[in-house]
Amino acid sequence: MAEIKLQDIEKYFGDNYVIRKLNLTIENKEFVVLLGPSGCGKTTTLRAIAGLEEIDSGDILIDGKPVQDLRAGDRDIAFVFQLFALYPHLTAYDNIAFPLRATRESKASVDEKVRAVARALQIEDLLSRRPSALSGGDMQRVAIGRALVRRPKAMLMDEPIGALDAKLREEMRTELKRLHLENDQTTVYVTHDQVEAMSLADRIAIMNEGVLQQVGTPSEVYDNPANLFVAQFVGSPVMNITPANLQSADGATKVAVGQDGVAFDFPSAIEPQLSGAHSDLMLGVRPEGVLLAHNKTAGHVAVEAHIIEPLGAYDIVDLKIGNAFLRARTASGFVDRPGDMVWARIDPAQTHFFNSLSGDAIHVRLDE
Amino acid sequence: MAEIRLDRVTKTFGANKALDDLSLSIADGEFFVLLGPTGAGKTTTLRLIAGLEAPTDGSVWIGGQDVGDWSAAERDVALVFQYYSLYPRYTVYQNLAFPLKSPVRNYSPSDIDERVRKAANTLRIDHLLDRKTDKLSGGEMQRVSIGRAIVREPTAFLMDEPLSNLDAKLRESLRAELKDLQMKLGATFLFVTHDQVEAMTMGDRIGVLNNGRVVQVGTPHDIYNRPRDVFVAGFVGSPAMNLLDGELSGGHLAAMAGRLQLPYDGASTNTGPVTVGIRSEDIRVGPDESTDAIVHDVENHGVEKIVTLRVDDTLFRATVPAKIGVDIDSNVKFSWNADKLHCFDRNSGVNLDHAGAPG
Repeated sequence: MAEIKLQDIEKYFGDNYVIRKLNLTIENKEFVVLLGPSGCGKTTTLRAIAGLEEIDSGDILIDGKPVQDLRAGDRDIAFVFQLFALYPHLTAYDNIAFPLRATRESKASVDEKVRAVARALQIEDLLSRRPSALSGGDMQRVAIGRALVRRPKAMLMDEPIGALDAKLREEMRTELKRLHLENDQTTVYVTHDQVEAMSLADRIAIMNEGVLQQVGTPSEVYDNPANLFVAQFVGSPVMNITPANLQSADGATKVAVGQDGVAFDFPSAIEPQLSGAHSDLMLGVRPEGVLLAHNKTAGHVAVEAHIIEPLGAYDIVDLKIGNAFLRARTASGFVDRPGDMVWARIDPAQTHFFNSLSGDAIHVRLDE
Repeated sequence: MAEIRLDRVTKTFGANKALDDLSLSIADGEFFVLLGPTGAGKTTTLRLIAGLEAPTDGSVWIGGQDVGDWSAAERDVALVFQYYSLYPRYTVYQNLAFPLKSPVRNYSPSDIDERVRKAANTLRIDHLLDRKTDKLSGGEMQRVSIGRAIVREPTAFLMDEPLSNLDAKLRESLRAELKDLQMKLGATFLFVTHDQVEAMTMGDRIGVLNNGRVVQVGTPHDIYNRPRDVFVAGFVGSPAMNLLDGELSGGHLAAMAGRLQLPYDGASTNTGPVTVGIRSEDIRVGPDESTDAIVHDVENHGVEKIVTLRVDDTLFRATVPAKIGVDIDSNVKFSWNADKLHCFDRNSGVNLDHAGAPG
């Protein structure tokens, strides 16, 4: 059991806020990822929960009890760092057993726990090796084993797979997720990598400049970003964001994108909902929301394909819209060569609108 | 003209063979990407072309001439590194002008000014010209380093992981910018990276390097759809291609301890143990498919979900649309698109469709 509650947490260095009025509850057994660019306050938040960093105001509650006055060692929380931090002179077995040394457990009981953890992490045959004889992935498995062996109330992880190569990161993501399912430990995980966050999290908490931007499931954050920052931080390729202008003529509603305004059809229901934003309107659409056709099609606009990025399973095509660009996701080989003309449409159901001054999303309902 | 050719180049450092009988030909005006893991020999290849290293054996040709005796400066190629190496106390303008002020080059001040402004305009850093470089963001600094390479109008650009230090979003936009720049300049680009996404999205052709040897050269489409061996198959593409043990006999393929049976019409004379490769997008998941599996993991990637399926102890990944609901530990049915299957010799790792054909 471990519910972690952060209430009005603040932390500053001089005039600079590192964390500002942070409120977040991590439910028992939940996997929450703190996501944000470097310097956003995510690691400081994690370290504050662990007791490695003091906060200036607010409360940290674990299972309802304030823990600010408890030392790191008394909080019953395990920490896994990006850099493996193993003892180089000890074998993998002794590294994993290390946290149990102080507990005065019998040798047999320690042995049982170490082997159980090693089995879960599939490193049983590596237990007699020293860290220098292990690969990066195995070193991090040992480090995770060392954190798990005490069966702590909660696991805190700071970019634990950030130093591994791409393929190994893919594998370790699945392993970490399975491990969490099997152990049911409350987990707070810090990363700057949105793919990791989307893949692992029950809920993602996105931070920027010390301020919590949005908390939600991966789908919520991807499909309904709360503001421009979240919209552009989550998702790859990045969401297209462009200044937009509402136009209405002959009862039809269009949204013009870019400076010299190529206009796309939209349902008229959006008009009254966007009237408040006037000239400060931004349109956001992910590449999969820009739909292409080879031939002239009703409701589509003729555009030029500028650059084609083949990714194997699909292509990303940069479309020249006046002096702006929109990136579209297409089937592999859909557009033959750069410079080709295609017909494009923006899917209203996948379109987001933002107020460019506040950056906040303007929620629009398409049906009246 | 800046065709670049490496002819049977070997480079050893002490007992270590960094490049092993490597031949490579890059056409004039081509965007060529050298792709490989750390230690494959990518950077060594680049440094040999630039003239910063000499080959132990073999020859380097630029524009049809053997440049073995030419110094780095005489080769007229520009290098851009992962680290920006700008002069911090100089303005952007001064940094861009610097390579033109070398006494061997002899440009007039007005010529220098014109070239600097043209480069700045191309890279959209006009507004930064008076700024000191320590006041720039990472992306701006990398643009300035590229600008410093452009001003000389060299015949070829050699780039060593220039985007790796930038954050994901910036990398994405600079990728398109670099490609755009190369198309505008029409120059030969040799771009070195360990990132297969960069290679796929920017390269006209990709040369995959492993252990100092060229494994395969081809267009992104070729490399992705017709990998020459298991190494290329596993290195290019995300998620990585599923690679499983199988048995081939008489035009028939069995995998997962016989649970999966598929026709195989490739080189049907082959029999014996193979490694079967299939990409996640070539596996269909749905109620009407043929084979049972358990959902081991679900990764939500927004536009789609990557599902790890389990059959006995075998794990493999499938791509499904984001809107399809799949729960961890539930039972599903799947089938493979037999047309998209690859078979690799279990011992040599070579794709059976490629066997006999040179890479």
